[in-house]
Amino acid sequence: MLRYIARRLLWAVALLFIVTAVIFVIFNVLPTADPAQLRAGRGASVEQIEAIRESLGLNDPIHVRFARYVEGVVTEFDLGRSIFQNNAPVRDIIFDRLPATIMLTVGAAILWLAVAIPVGVISAVRRRSLLDRTTMITTLTLISAPVFWLGLVALYLFAQDVGVIKIFPGIGAYSEADTFLGKVGAMILPWIVLASATAAIYARYIRSQMIEVMGEDYIRTARAKGAPEGVVVRRHGLRSALTPVVTLLGVDIGTLLAGNAILTETVFNIPGVGGELASAIGQSDYELIQGIVLFGAFFIVIFSLIVDVLYAYLDPRVRYS
Amino acid sequence: MPTSIPGSGDLVAEPQEQNPWRLLWQRFREDRLALIALGFVVFLILIAIAAPVVVDLAGAPGPEERDTAALDPIFATPTGPSADHWFGVDQIGRDVFSRVIYGARVSLIVAFAATLIAAVAGVVAGLLAGYFRGWTDTLISRSVDVLLAIPYLLLATGLAAACTVAGAGQEGGGCFGGLLKPGLGVVIFVIAFTSWTYMARIVRGQTLSLREKEFVEAARSLGASDTRIIFREILPNLAAPIIVYSSILIPQVILYEAALSFLGVGVTGQPSWGQMIDEASANFQDQWWYMTFPGLALVLTVLAFNLIGDALQDALNPRTRKS
Repeated sequence: MLRYIARRLLWAVALLFIVTAVIFVIFNVLPTADPAQLRAGRGASVEQIEAIRESLGLNDPIHVRFARYVEGVVTEFDLGRSIFQNNAPVRDIIFDRLPATIMLTVGAAILWLAVAIPVGVISAVRRRSLLDRTTMITTLTLISAPVFWLGLVALYLFAQDVGVIKIFPGIGAYSEADTFLGKVGAMILPWIVLASATAAIYARYIRSQMIEVMGEDYIRTARAKGAPEGVVVRRHGLRSALTPVVTLLGVDIGTLLAGNAILTETVFNIPGVGGELASAIGQSDYELIQGIVLFGAFFIVIFSLIVDVLYAYLDPRVRYS
Repeated sequence: MPTSIPGSGDLVAEPQEQNPWRLLWQRFREDRLALIALGFVVFLILIAIAAPVVVDLAGAPGPEERDTAALDPIFATPTGPSADHWFGVDQIGRDVFSRVIYGARVSLIVAFAATLIAAVAGVVAGLLAGYFRGWTDTLISRSVDVLLAIPYLLLATGLAAACTVAGAGQEGGGCFGGLLKPGLGVVIFVIAFTSWTYMARIVRGQTLSLREKEFVEAARSLGASDTRIIFREILPNLAAPIIVYSSILIPQVILYEAALSFLGVGVTGQPSWGQMIDEASANFQDQWWYMTFPGLALVLTVLAFNLIGDALQDALNPRTRKS
């Protein structure tokens, strides 16, 4: 087990290095736009631009710049400085925005699991019933709806300020709320919207896992022993059907924390990492974009490391492969 | 040549002479919902191709035409559905119906182009990795790992932004020194670049096991070259997974394009559904029609492709059918 963890850890470090290099290339080599010019603004003279270029070290060869960047990231987790927010460190901007994203992600994850597990299990057990068919069509429709559109529709229907039926706090309620409970209230619609597609995907996945597991021999054995059907489904079936869900869950939470909640955060104007990225794109704040993407990659690598180790612990076969 | 569809033999009366494509169609046809979805997709493709004709026949103005008379006379705000404008008009008086019709073009072009590129790239990468193994496999598999470690939506928006943004005073922007111009090209490239990985993994796994099969050995002993074995012996056996995962990819790509357009890094200069929803989001509370119709168009289109993908998966996967 220790050897497996060590090997996995080593690869994670190597992966982070390569990812850093790839992201660096994407934002520093590919674009034709000139970062010095972006910083200088429109009316800048050639000398001013050149001065900025010199002070940022943009005249150095690309590998020198990369080495400097990596050194900054490793020694003080320096992710660069925002071009348009008064040179604020990207790291601080991200940490400032992280709580909202964590709250959004964790709440949505709890919600989608709470919905998907019972729905998936019941659909699997009552296979081909009317209930199962309805569930499958509903989930497929939810998967087909763009999350940002669902968000707008939800606001149009249920927001306190602009909605047809005024029940839940609407756009910008998270920033306005000053109590924790107020923030929870503000998150109700975003949670539902963000969770809906994932809940649908999980329900379908759990259903197919359950169908497969319930056909296994040991399920027949459990039934033959006279175990009640409820116990067979929950203790024998569900338990092994849910093991692969752990991997899925780890990756999904990691990706959402990494900023993939950008669409939901944009629609509801939640001050999270994704919302920050959206405004950075609007301003073409390269360094901020680059920092957020790299930070997100760190999240994914670390989460998949945790999931892999956890999985190896749950399923010993993995360790030796 | 072995039949392209694994497990098809035990379900049909005369397994020898059955044409696999006809068999696929026979099974697909059983799913009535999927047939309707297929009909809808064909209908949509025709509409996209004949968009100018459709808009003309409906008596609607072109997608960029501004009908200022349709704006509210006092506040200059857009008006909702009417006889002149079936789906209402947007902030500057453009006809929403006509923009929705034209929007199908962007969605479908991006969907098919990006899926095709991603699928071909994924299949080739997977075949090479699985067949040659060794350092080829290491290189390709590790590249996939690296790409999967970067949050795709962030990578895509960042990449699209990096390729779209022009510095002050610079013309156009673009990537690779201006080789890749902003617009449709960037969107297709970005989506394909972040979507080929899954296909590569699946094809690699299948190729790893197929290369050990007797028919491959037989071909090799007959002196077939690697290229021939890969493309003539192994590739045809991968038809089922390739079809299934391509069909799963299409609806994802459509949503992906809509998301990029919504975030303002998508296609510019022509109407796209995601971009329309983005524009509508500024005043959605007063102008429900402007977000509703492009949104419905997206949901229906993606749902149709998802239904087709589901049916294909059922038709090609013997395991889901037997029990």
